[in-house]
Amino acid sequence: MMDVSMIGAGLIVIGVGIGIGRIGGSAMEAIARQPEATNKIQTAMLIAAALIEGIGFAALFAA
Amino acid sequence: MYRLLRFILVVALLSPVLTSSVFANAEPHHGAPNKELTPEEKREKNTEFVKHHTHDSHSFGIVSSEEGGWHLGFPLPVILWDGGLHVFMSSAFEHGEKVVESNGNYYKLDTHDGKIYKTDEHGTVMTKSTVDEKTDEETISKLKPIDFSITKNVFTTMLMCLFLFFLFRSVAKSYKSGLAPTGAAKFIEPIVIFIRDEIAIPNIGEKAHKKYMVYLLTVFFFIWFLNLMGMTPLGINVTGNIAVTFVLAMFTFFITQFTAKKDYWMHIFWMPGVPVPMKIMLIPIELIGLVVKPFALMIRLYANMLAGHIVLGALIAAVYFFDAYFAKAAFLGLTFFMNIIELLVAALQAYIFTMLTALYFGSAAAVHEEAH
Repeated sequence: MMDVSMIGAGLIVIGVGIGIGRIGGSAMEAIARQPEATNKIQTAMLIAAALIEGIGFAALFAA
Repeated sequence: MYRLLRFILVVALLSPVLTSSVFANAEPHHGAPNKELTPEEKREKNTEFVKHHTHDSHSFGIVSSEEGGWHLGFPLPVILWDGGLHVFMSSAFEHGEKVVESNGNYYKLDTHDGKIYKTDEHGTVMTKSTVDEKTDEETISKLKPIDFSITKNVFTTMLMCLFLFFLFRSVAKSYKSGLAPTGAAKFIEPIVIFIRDEIAIPNIGEKAHKKYMVYLLTVFFFIWFLNLMGMTPLGINVTGNIAVTFVLAMFTFFITQFTAKKDYWMHIFWMPGVPVPMKIMLIPIELIGLVVKPFALMIRLYANMLAGHIVLGALIAAVYFFDAYFAKAAFLGLTFFMNIIELLVAALQAYIFTMLTALYFGSAAAVHEEAH
């Protein structure tokens, strides 16, 4: 049983990693395009990352 | 007050160095008999070590030596409700070795899970068996009194409340002598301005943000300072305790509901601008959303802080797990690096909690000019 939940935890981490990675990457691109909007982009990025992280943690606890 | 604040900040910022060095000094006592331990025993010991530093406890331990058998710290009061009030100091347990008699009842501290169980006078834990009527299965549970004790977390929280109270009183006082900030206000003012201009006003709005500022500032400084306290080598883990974050999330939830304007409830029960069948379908979804928001707040802070502490604990334990010196050095460096990351996370989590709280308040306070 332990092993199956470990695989689940691994999958969750992969998913969350892809999600946060995409957010970070897109934010970088956006900042490079519009450096004057850095603050707004950063805030939006942090919120989105936090929301994904929240789901990730909830799933990790379930696993 | 400014001195004390500066002291705490310096300790927290130096914590990477402190943690490494304090444990480096304290652990060899643990490490010396390690030579004869098998890897499994070592692993078990490390798990114990991480648990000890992340779980709540009934006494405030500062340094202890397993080999020397001494502990440095102070006991905290134990308050139990078990058909009557039982109050005594946790030192009476003598670290789980002794049974405590209080008003005719006997209690013992289980050192493994840190909980207090009801026992008889010889220290045998009393159990209660319940039989499931459907399956006829018998489950045996240990008898536990209701525990209202001032534990390490409760004690730290109280200390932090006092500290914040005096800190902000001194900050408020410094504005009476003139508008230029002096003392602790020099440090606090930019943060307060940041929360107002970057968190409260963009999310809640120019008009309504003022009445929410009190809560936003309180919650930000409370979480941030407690996170920093957790970074000191004392092993305090208040914000990494789900009960603490649950109460914080509950505050946010109730403030959101009780200050909500008409528009907020309309967006839940009768979403404007969509066809009627859709309106009905949206009601349960919005109601689930109400509960999920504080739940996510609770889990995020709790899991982040607990995970951070466990990772740090595991890395420190790894220093003593390996015998090769290059491995020890590598893990020491990694511990240092993770500590710095955790300092960032401490501020970031406080920021995110405040930010999302402001976002929810904003949805409660929003007044829409036209239906959309």
